[in-house]
This record gives sequence, structure tokens and C-alpha cells, in this order.
Amino acid sequence: MWSFSHIANEMHEWLSKTFNPTLTLIIEMVIAGVAVIGLFAGLGLVLVIMERKVSAWMQIRLGPNRVGPKGMLQSLADTVKLLVKEGLTPDGADKFLFNLAPFIAMIVAMLLMAPIAFARDFQLWDMNIGVLYVSAVSSIMVISILIAGWSSNNKYSLMGAMRSGAQIVSYELSAGLSVLAIVVLTGSLQVSDIIQSQKDGWWIFKGHIPVIIAFVTFIIAVTAETNRAPFDLAEAESELTAGFHTEYSGMKFALFFLAEYVNVFIVCAIGATLFLGGWMPFHIGNWTDFNHVMDYIPSSIWFFGKTFFLIFVIMWFRWTFPRLRIDQLLNLEWKYLLPISMINLVVVTAMAILKWHF
Amino acid sequence: MGASSLIVLIIAAVAFSGIAILISTFVLKASTNKQKGEPYECGIPTHGKTWIQLNVGYYLFALIFLIFDVELVFLYPWAVVAKSMGWVALIEIVIFFFILFMGFLYAHKKGALKWM
Repeated sequence: MWSFSHIANEMHEWLSKTFNPTLTLIIEMVIAGVAVIGLFAGLGLVLVIMERKVSAWMQIRLGPNRVGPKGMLQSLADTVKLLVKEGLTPDGADKFLFNLAPFIAMIVAMLLMAPIAFARDFQLWDMNIGVLYVSAVSSIMVISILIAGWSSNNKYSLMGAMRSGAQIVSYELSAGLSVLAIVVLTGSLQVSDIIQSQKDGWWIFKGHIPVIIAFVTFIIAVTAETNRAPFDLAEAESELTAGFHTEYSGMKFALFFLAEYVNVFIVCAIGATLFLGGWMPFHIGNWTDFNHVMDYIPSSIWFFGKTFFLIFVIMWFRWTFPRLRIDQLLNLEWKYLLPISMINLVVVTAMAILKWHF
Repeated sequence: MGASSLIVLIIAAVAFSGIAILISTFVLKASTNKQKGEPYECGIPTHGKTWIQLNVGYYLFALIFLIFDVELVFLYPWAVVAKSMGWVALIEIVIFFFILFMGFLYAHKKGALKWM
């Protein structure tokens, strides 16, 4: 059967027959690097046009419709526009940190690609601490935001960075606790183990109400962690112009923008992997015939379908809820989400021990 | 690919951003003047220092976060073995959460969670 792992193995065999081992490794690394860069840039283009089209659709207007068929090449045109813009550095800025911040944002977004399973046996590194790795690396993101805001020599930037810092570190807690609910049920931090444990049904269906509560908490927390509306007060356009990237222009701004959108994709991919089964097709218990029919749909379509559904939900939030004030935002986390997710974790543990899930 | 994939990813990220910035410096046509380097504050000349004192609330939340983040790190190894350990794990975590919750209530009573 046609699969990614099959192609990768064939390629590896051919390369090791033709070249010596060192050269083989280097060529494979270059191929992986180019593939990841391609995926990264492609995701950026697709998500920007998707965001604009979804917004237009929610507000009953057309959205971008001039460049290419139905405006689908709009984000490509925007990229070219950003490429020829001048990247200004303000006079009072700390030049080194100012230029370093977009690189850190990009490195973090890129590193988070490692443990994501895009399809059956198609993963860069299936590490045994996958979930811990994701939460550890994603917390570095806040450093790039604080560096960007502090070094810009602009009050809007500093204000946006401080808000963003307080918000991201707060919501990391409930995101982590809701992820732990799945780790307790699976008993493993490895991404492939978590996906395999869902082959008789996704956790959101097998885990009853506690897992649904964990899923909802997770979605709220990651919406806040990626600075998206209704939690976008880090870059509240009407009060802080653009938040931490007010002073960034040209390609450096584009890199922040790209990293932000790729982060949205990554958190949705993690959510889809933990709660909705990743690339695992829709299976019901031991209905072998039904499961067999579902297996005919390729695993990559399942993965991207679930991920883009979650991205759509997060875009939907933006046009449904008004922006929160900072005290409301911190109240929501510390007085509601954190206690709820702590109690929920205890309930999930009791459920796992009693084997009440399917 | 194993651990080497992380090196590949870091190199890919740096190369991608570096090349993009490099290309943009080559293709742009820029003129300079004095106003360009000023901080953008909606056209008004900036007033006073940029690095002003901020609300103490930000730091209080950062401190409380630190406690809970360490707690979260402790929970990861617990979560892996919780199912196989059975009831002992549940009782332990309830005690752990209880102690933590007392600290949380103390911070709440002190008004650390109130935004001024």
C-alpha cells in the first residue's frame, strides 16, 4: 500500500546504495530541512488566506477576490509586498536583541514540528517524552515576545509584551493540566503511543465528560497562548496599535506573523493528536467492518482534516467573542480554569484507575 | 530521524529567516531621513522614558506562576505511572493538590490575584 514510510524507506535504501553513509546522512538532512521549510511557508500562506476568507464568510462579505482564482493568491502577493518593504530599526532600539527576536520566534515554531505525527509512520522524531517536549519548547515563545517588546524602545511594544507575558505564562498551566488528563489515561508521553491508544475510538468519545472538559479547557488555553482573539489584548489594535511588533516592519514582521500562524497550526495539531486521535481514522470499538472502511481514507487526510477543523474553530472564536480586559482574562484563568482543570485531573485519574472509560 | 532532526530544524529556521531578511535587504530601495528612526507613537513625539514602571500585578502573577509551573513539572512523571500505580497515586495527588491549594488560597486572601 502507498505510504510515506514506504517512500522514505525506498529513498533511504537507494541513497545508501549510491553514496557513503556520511553523505547519505547529509543528503537526508537536507531533504528533511527543505521539506520542513516548504511545509512552514506553505502553512503560512494557506492559513493567512484561510483566516481572511473565514472572516469574510462570517461577516457576509467577499474577502480577497482579485489576485488569482477567487483571490487565492492574495497571500503570495502579500509576501512579495513584505519582501520589498524596508525593515526599519528604530534609533533607540537595542539593535542586537531587536534583530534576534524574530529568529527565536521562528526557531521555536520550527522546533515544535519535531514530535508531530503528520500521517501513519510519518514523524521527524518520535521521542519518548513528546508531550513534555512540546510544553517545554512552546514556553520559550514568550521569551521572544518579551525581547521584541523590550528592545523596541516603544511604550506600546513594552505594554503589549508585558500583557502577553502575563497571559501566556498563566494559560500555560491549564493547557498543561488538560494535556496531563490524556497522559494519565494513556500512561505514556510518547506521541505514537497516544495515537495507538485511540485505535478503538478517540479519547474525546472514550473518555466521557471529564475528557470533554479537558478538551474545552485545552482549546481555551491554547487560544490564549497563541495570542488570538478574544485573548488578543497583547496586540489589541485599537489601543496598542500592534502590541509587541509595533516597531517591526518588512521581513522581520513577516517572520513574526508566520511564526504566529504556524503556532496556531501546531497547537491545533497537538489538540487533534491528543483528543481526536491524530492520524487515526474514526474507529468504533471492535466493529471491524466499519473500521476497515474508514481505513481506506488516507491517514494524512484524517490528520489535516482534524487539525484544520480545530483551526476553523479558533478562527470562529475571533468573530464570536468580544476582547477581554486584562483583569477579566487573569480572573478567568486563575479563578475558573485552573481549579476546574485541577479537579478534572483528579476525576480523570479516578476514572482511569476504575477503568470507566471504554 | 532521531535527535539529529532538532539540529536540522534549528538550521532550517535560521537559514529560512536569514535568507528572507537578506533577500529583502537586497531588493529594497530605501531613502533615509531623521524621522524614520523615531519610535512610532501615532505621530506624536514620544514623551519621557520608554522603560517606565509597570503595574506590580504582572510580577505577582509571574511569581505565582513559578510555583504552579514547578508543580506541573512534578506532575508529568506522576501522570505516566498513575494508571499502573492505582489508588496510591490518586491519594498522593489529592494530598499534593490540597497543600498546593492552601498556598493558592493564601495568595488569593493576600490579594495577589486582584488586578489593581
